Amino acid sequence: MPDTITDPRTAQAAAARPAAGWKETALQGWGRSSSAPCLAARPERMRELLAALQPPEGRTLLPHGGGRSYGDQALNSGGAAILTTRLDRILAFDEGSGLVVAEPGVTFADLLEVFLPRGWLAPTSPGTAFATLGGAVANDVHGKNHHRAGSFGDHVLWLDLLLPDGRLLRISDEEEAALFRATIGGMGLTGIVTAICFRMQRVPSNALRVHSRRVPDLEAFLAGFAEAAEATWSVGWIDALAGGRALGRGVLETAEPSESGLPPPKLKSRTFPMDAPPWLLNRLTVRGFNALYWRRAPVAGREQTTHYGKFLYPLDAILHWNRMYGRRGFHQFQCVLPFGPGEAALRQLLETISAAGEASFLAVLKVMGRPGRGLLSFALPGYSLALDIPARPGAAELLAALERITRDAGGRIYLAKDSMLSAEGFWSMYPEARRFMEIRAEIDPEGRLSSDMARRLHLA
Amino acid sequence: MSDSGMSATTNPTWLMLGASSAVARAFAREAASHGAGILLAGRDMDDLERQAADLAIRHGVPAAPVPFDARDLGSHRAFAEDCAARAGGPLNVFLAFGVMPDQAEADADPDAAAAMVEANFTGAVTVLAALAPVLEAQGQGTVVALGSVAGDRGRKRNYTYGATKAALLTYLQGYAARLSGAGVKVLCIKAGPVDTGMTWPLPKLPFMASPPAFARAAWARAAKGGGDAYIPGIWWPVMTIIRHIPTRVFNRLNI
Repeated sequence: MPDTITDPRTAQAAAARPAAGWKETALQGWGRSSSAPCLAARPERMRELLAALQPPEGRTLLPHGGGRSYGDQALNSGGAAILTTRLDRILAFDEGSGLVVAEPGVTFADLLEVFLPRGWLAPTSPGTAFATLGGAVANDVHGKNHHRAGSFGDHVLWLDLLLPDGRLLRISDEEEAALFRATIGGMGLTGIVTAICFRMQRVPSNALRVHSRRVPDLEAFLAGFAEAAEATWSVGWIDALAGGRALGRGVLETAEPSESGLPPPKLKSRTFPMDAPPWLLNRLTVRGFNALYWRRAPVAGREQTTHYGKFLYPLDAILHWNRMYGRRGFHQFQCVLPFGPGEAALRQLLETISAAGEASFLAVLKVMGRPGRGLLSFALPGYSLALDIPARPGAAELLAALERITRDAGGRIYLAKDSMLSAEGFWSMYPEARRFMEIRAEIDPEGRLSSDMARRLHLA
Repeated sequence: MSDSGMSATTNPTWLMLGASSAVARAFAREAASHGAGILLAGRDMDDLERQAADLAIRHGVPAAPVPFDARDLGSHRAFAEDCAARAGGPLNVFLAFGVMPDQAEADADPDAAAAMVEANFTGAVTVLAALAPVLEAQGQGTVVALGSVAGDRGRKRNYTYGATKAALLTYLQGYAARLSGAGVKVLCIKAGPVDTGMTWPLPKLPFMASPPAFARAAWARAAKGGGDAYIPGIWWPVMTIIRHIPTRVFNRLNI
C-alpha cells in the first residue's frame, strides 16, 4: 500500500473538492524525508485509468506504485498522481515457459504467494516484496542475483504503455524499441505501464541454502566476492561505522537454490508502532547493534536453509520499519562504482561515512554484472554500496561528499533511492539522459508527465 | 478460462453481481481461495475478463464473465437461468452493485435520484426474484447482499442512498423467510465504509476497512449463517448509539 496521508486541510477544501475520482492528499517517499501535496486518483480498472489521464486544472501527471522509492522520484508536488496499486490482476501465465503477463499494481509478494508453490520465482527482486511490477519497470530494479541475472528489465518481453494523450502502445525490442528503452528505468516519465510481460525463473523448491561468514575488512570482502562470482545470490552487509583496520568489516552471504523445500512459512509480521524518538538511534546504540550483527556470523561460516521470502525480503517482517528513523526520516544513498578505479573509491566512501559517524545501520555491498537495458538504468559492472543516512543536520553535506567521490570514480547514483543528487551530477552520471529527453519530447510534447525528481534533475 | 461455462466440478459457484466493484473483487478472491468457482456479472466485460484470468491463475478455479446490467430489469429472468446453467455446483450469490452519488446531486436532479433507487434497490429486487426459483430448486446455497450502515438511520449526508439500503434490508428479511424452507441462507451485511473507489474521493472516514479484510470477515460471517451483520463489527456499537440519539439532537448534528 502507498504511504498515503490524508491532508488535514481536506475538510476546509471540501467546497472546492475536485471532480469524483480525485482526492487531495500528501504522498511520501519511503525515506519520509520527502513529502508532496498533490491530487491523487486510484483507478480500479482501465476505464477509470483512462479517465484519470485528464486531471483537473491542467495539472501534470505521474504514476505512483507501492510507494517504496525512497526519495522524491514517485512524488509530484502540486501536480497529480495516479496510484496503480488497485490495478493488480495477473492476466496470463504459461506453465511451460514461465511467462507472466500482469497489471502494474501486482507486487512481488503476490508473485511469491502465487508462483513459488508451483516452482517459479521472480527473475530478480528488490529488497522489499511490497514493490509493484510497475515500479520494478520504472526503476529497472535489481536484487542479490544481479551479477548473474541482471536487472528486472532484462527479463521483460514487452510492455503496454499508456501515453498521456491516451494512446496505448505495445512496446518491446521489436516495436517502438527506443520508447521501450526509455520506459525501462524511465521513472514513470514516459507514460503509465498497464501490462508487463516477463519471464519467471524455475526453482526446485521454496527454499535456498544460505552460507554466511564473518569478513574482517574491505580487502577480504572484495576477495570474497571474487570467489563467490559463480554463486546464484550474493550480498554483503557492512558495518558502516567501523573504521581504521576494521574498515569494511561485515558479513558475506551467498545462496543457492535448495533441492528440498521447507514447510510454508507462517505469515507473521510485526509493525513498528510509531515514530522512534530522536535519541534512540545514536552512535552508541547503532555501533552496538552493528558489532553484534557482525559477531553473530561465525568466522568459519555457517549454512542454513531459508525460505525465499525471508532471504529476499528481510525487512518486510517489520511493517513501517521506516519509522525507526523518527519523524524526520532518512535518506538512502546507493551508488555503483566500476571495477578498477571503483575499489579505491569504495574505500574512500566507507572512510567518509565512518568518519561522519552518522548513526547508520548496516550498509549493503553487492557486485553488479551487466549494464541495464534502459536509457536511465542504474546497473553497471562494479561494486554497489547502499546505506541509510538519517535526515539530520550535516546529512546534505555528507551526501554531497559521497556524490563527489562516486562521480570522480565514474560511478552513478541509484535514482530509486535518491533524494539529494545534484542535476549536474545526474547529467554527468547518466550519459543517455539526452536521448531520454528526446524521446520524452516526442511522446509528451506538452510535458504533461512530471515529478519532483524530474524537476530537480532537469528532466522536466 | 473459456466463457462457455464451468462444468466438471461440484464445488460451489459464487455469482458476483456487480463484480467490478472493489468489494466484489476482494470477495471473489476470498471465495476462490476456498476453491469456489466464480461467475463475474457486470457491464465492463473487458475488466471482467481480466478478473476471470486473475482468479483462474491465482487460485486454479474456473471463473467466467457474464454480461449483467442491474438497471435492465427485463433481462434478469433470462440472466438467472443462464447463470444456473453455467454454474458447475450449487449457486451462491454475492450482491455488490450500487451507486452513491452526492446527496446534493440526488436532491437537485430527480433523474439521478431515480437512477440510484433503481440501481440500488429495484435492480436488486428483480434479480433476486429471478434467482429465487434457482435457489429453491437446488435446495441449498447462500445469498450475501451488501447493505450499509447508512440504512440504519437517515442522515443529512446521504439519506437517499441510506433509504435504498434500508429498503434492501427489509426486502432481504422477507426473502430470507421465503427461502429458509428450501435451506437457503440469506445474509445482509451492514457495511461500514470500505476503502474503495466509491469512498476514495471523500474526506477520511472512520473505521475504514480494506477490501481484503472486509471480504475475509464477510466470508467468515456467511459461513455461520444468515441474518444481518455489521462489518467491521465496530459499527454495531457505533450505530446502536447513533440510532438512539434523540431526533432533536440528531437533526442538529452534522453527520
